[in-house]
Amino acid sequence: MIRYTIARFFSLIISLIVASLVIFLVIEVIPGDPASFMLGINAREDTLAALRSEMGLDQPLTLRYFDWVIGMFQGDFGNSWTYKTPVSELIADRIWVSLPLAIYALILSTLIAFPAGIVAASRRGGASDVTIMGATQMGVAIPNFWFAMIMVLIFAINLRWFSAGGFPGWSNPLQGLKSLTLPAISLALPQAAILARIMRSSLLDMLLEDFIRTARAKGLTRSQALWRHAVRNALIPVLTIIGLQFSFLLAGGIIIEQIFFLPGLGRLIFQAISARDLIVVESVVMLLVFTVIMVNFAVDITYAIVDPRLRRKS
Amino acid sequence: MSRGLVIGAFLTLVFVALACVSFLWVPYDIETLQIPNKLKTPNLNHWLGTDHFGRDILSMVMMGARTSIAVALLAVGIGMAIGVPLGLFSAARRGSFLDEIIMRGNDLIFAFPSLVIAILITAVFGASAVNAIVAIGIFNIPVFARLTRAVALPLWERDFVLSARVCGKSETRISVEHIFPNIMNLMIVQGTIQFSLGILAEASLSYIGLGAQPPTASWGRMLADAQTLVSIAPHVALVPGLAILLMVLGLNLMGDGLRDRFDPRIKKNRT
Repeated sequence: MIRYTIARFFSLIISLIVASLVIFLVIEVIPGDPASFMLGINAREDTLAALRSEMGLDQPLTLRYFDWVIGMFQGDFGNSWTYKTPVSELIADRIWVSLPLAIYALILSTLIAFPAGIVAASRRGGASDVTIMGATQMGVAIPNFWFAMIMVLIFAINLRWFSAGGFPGWSNPLQGLKSLTLPAISLALPQAAILARIMRSSLLDMLLEDFIRTARAKGLTRSQALWRHAVRNALIPVLTIIGLQFSFLLAGGIIIEQIFFLPGLGRLIFQAISARDLIVVESVVMLLVFTVIMVNFAVDITYAIVDPRLRRKS
Repeated sequence: MSRGLVIGAFLTLVFVALACVSFLWVPYDIETLQIPNKLKTPNLNHWLGTDHFGRDILSMVMMGARTSIAVALLAVGIGMAIGVPLGLFSAARRGSFLDEIIMRGNDLIFAFPSLVIAILITAVFGASAVNAIVAIGIFNIPVFARLTRAVALPLWERDFVLSARVCGKSETRISVEHIFPNIMNLMIVQGTIQFSLGILAEASLSYIGLGAQPPTASWGRMLADAQTLVSIAPHVALVPGLAILLMVLGLNLMGDGLRDRFDPRIKKNRT
């Protein structure tokens, strides 16, 4: 277990280093002069010079890279050129929308997918299996931003159950949660469909295992064996997928936040792109990638705790 | 042939046909605006209605099919053209340092949230169909590299590879002449799945304005334009969404159907 964790930790560090290098290169090296990229061709020479020294462009590349990385460790993400505030403050504001949204969507997707997958597997070939599998096919194929628009049309414009967009803040937690509901459903839908399919196939694989035959021989019915023995074991692959989904949910939020006018990280990154505020883009992208890599790391470790076979293999 | 495969192939063919026909003929020119004709619901002249500029939606869907299919197909092409040789090489040199590097590199690309990187690429290089293709294509590389390696590895233990070795063939020649033909079917299956993901990705990117730029028609941008009109003219939003849904559904059904036919690993599980 310790060897496995160390090995995984090592590759985590490498991933983070490579990720930061790639982001740094794409944002600060490839555009040539990031300052003139940000300000456009009509920029005045003194504004350009101000931005160049603000970004530290007069310093050598390696020094800039290390400054950037060390700064992030200290919580200093630089200053936004358009908002004139520290990027860390912008992120701190927005994360209270994006993170709850991703977690909300993750919970919804799990709540939908688990029962659906288990029912489909236990009634395999039956009417409910066919219906659920058909629904998941649709769920995978529907573009979630379109689904969001349809939900706004039905539930916000026609039925008036929810507001069509915006976020009132967390001063009233229920109101906040309510305004995140439609976005969370649209984010969760495709993920729930994928998760349900994996849950089903993972369970069906389990049902072929010897321990299920033993359980059946002991006199358990098919569904008893499934609930008591198969579900627990089938959770292992499902756990990985949930971890991977978190990254889709965080990134998918970028589009969903646009549709519902939610002031989250996605909208921040998007506004920063339109305003060519590369300092914000760079830091927010790094933060998202960092989160995804950390979640994947956590999943791998949990995986090893749950499944001892994995520790020995590595 | 399974029913899913037939339905899937049919849906896919319909959209491919629409895209092909659009090169020769579309019902109305989509670059002429006819404001007096705007937001008409579906009728005999405009089967799918008109949008806020009075443009014929059927014509836009046909032109959009062209963009979607071209972007997704090229993105899959990039993934295959780079990923498959990498995977073949990794499998031929399994256990070597280079194999390790290639596989870790793949893991790394997988760890990146693809949409964020696609946005990053388009932010720096500008929004265009070409950049969308590159952004989607990059994330197809590790998919094909991993799959190729995984299915090629067991083949290297087979007798026909052994006899090819005895004949004195190099690793490269064995990979090309013996391994590749045996994994081609699975690559087609995976290609179909990645194609459908590419359609969705292209739609997402052009929806947020980072894909194909006007005047090129694209389903994603049709939806973006329709967003503010959804309450007064729902059909403007429904049609392009349905187009994406049906195309992706068709490709997925086709992919699943082909997999059932081609992949021996799955057959075992079905019995």
